[in-house]
Amino acid sequence: MNKKNLLWGLLVALVVAAFLSPFASPSPDGLERVAEDKGFLHLAEGKELIHALMPDYVFPGVASGGLATSLAGLVGTLLVFAAMYLLVWLVIRPKGSAGKGPSGKGHLN
Amino acid sequence: MVIFISLGEAVDVHIPDGFLDTRIWVGAGVLSAGAVAAAVAKTRKVLEDRQVPALGVMAAFIFAAQMVNFPVAGGTSGHLLGGALAAILLGPWSAGLILTTVLIIQMLFFYDGGLTALGANVLNMAVIAPWVAYGTCRLVSNLFRSSAGRTAAIFLASWMSVMAAALAASLEIAFSGTVPLKIVLPAMLGWHALIGIGEGLITVVVVSFVSRLWGLEQPEQKSVAGGEGL
Repeated sequence: MNKKNLLWGLLVALVVAAFLSPFASPSPDGLERVAEDKGFLHLAEGKELIHALMPDYVFPGVASGGLATSLAGLVGTLLVFAAMYLLVWLVIRPKGSAGKGPSGKGHLN
Repeated sequence: MVIFISLGEAVDVHIPDGFLDTRIWVGAGVLSAGAVAAAVAKTRKVLEDRQVPALGVMAAFIFAAQMVNFPVAGGTSGHLLGGALAAILLGPWSAGLILTTVLIIQMLFFYDGGLTALGANVLNMAVIAPWVAYGTCRLVSNLFRSSAGRTAAIFLASWMSVMAAALAASLEIAFSGTVPLKIVLPAMLGWHALIGIGEGLITVVVVSFVSRLWGLEQPEQKSVAGGEGL
């Protein structure tokens, strides 16, 4: 599990998010399909409790649908990576971490 | 979310706000908070700093893969859930933290899955799916100790994890009084039996690729996440 492999892993995730996501099947998926068929999809309408930045994986202000999805995918993938890293470092405080943080510099744990 | 359907995007397997009543989402929230707290306590004991990047990459990959819906049949699509993938490669405890992180980012930034439904979504996809996959994979690979047996175990574990998550979501929606169980359950399990095949295929390919990359010995490999994987 060396650093090179992990960088490749992150690159694969970014490529999937940027280049495969615009080709995702537009058909409704499992729960959505069932909610449509069984007539309870309307219950979710107008029930949004928060204002998300990129609802439905569409990057705001981009005219092209494919590009908007790609950008949302790229931003999201990096956000998830950073959030995971940060959460683990702050909450879990993994063993053997004394004296070096994620960047190799000292940290306050 | 219904307003976006005309654009051809999906509400997802994630439960949106409006499908669950207060009793159910509070209950699911309490259960999943307990499960996440247990995962934090457990990983604190075993996780080493050098393993952190693997969690980050796995979370990033699962997020990206969840965006790629594949068609299954009859105008329905599905996407990788990733609970089995994370549990098999990194163990169920780490998998719980990974899927929880993915779900929180999806909810906050993409409104994929509702705020009130976060507890239920974490319970279904970050707790139930990884543990069902972990249990199934262990059981089947112990029964058939061969390379083919391990592949079958991974496939079955992935399929079971999707079915278990779909079953849990059906129960939560039905017990909320949204739709009768006898209507929602067969429909959910029917579609997810197909979606689970995609989950199984993707998980088998990715696990075998990553295992080879890590140079781990199959079938009795040591996990990189503190030996808690399979």
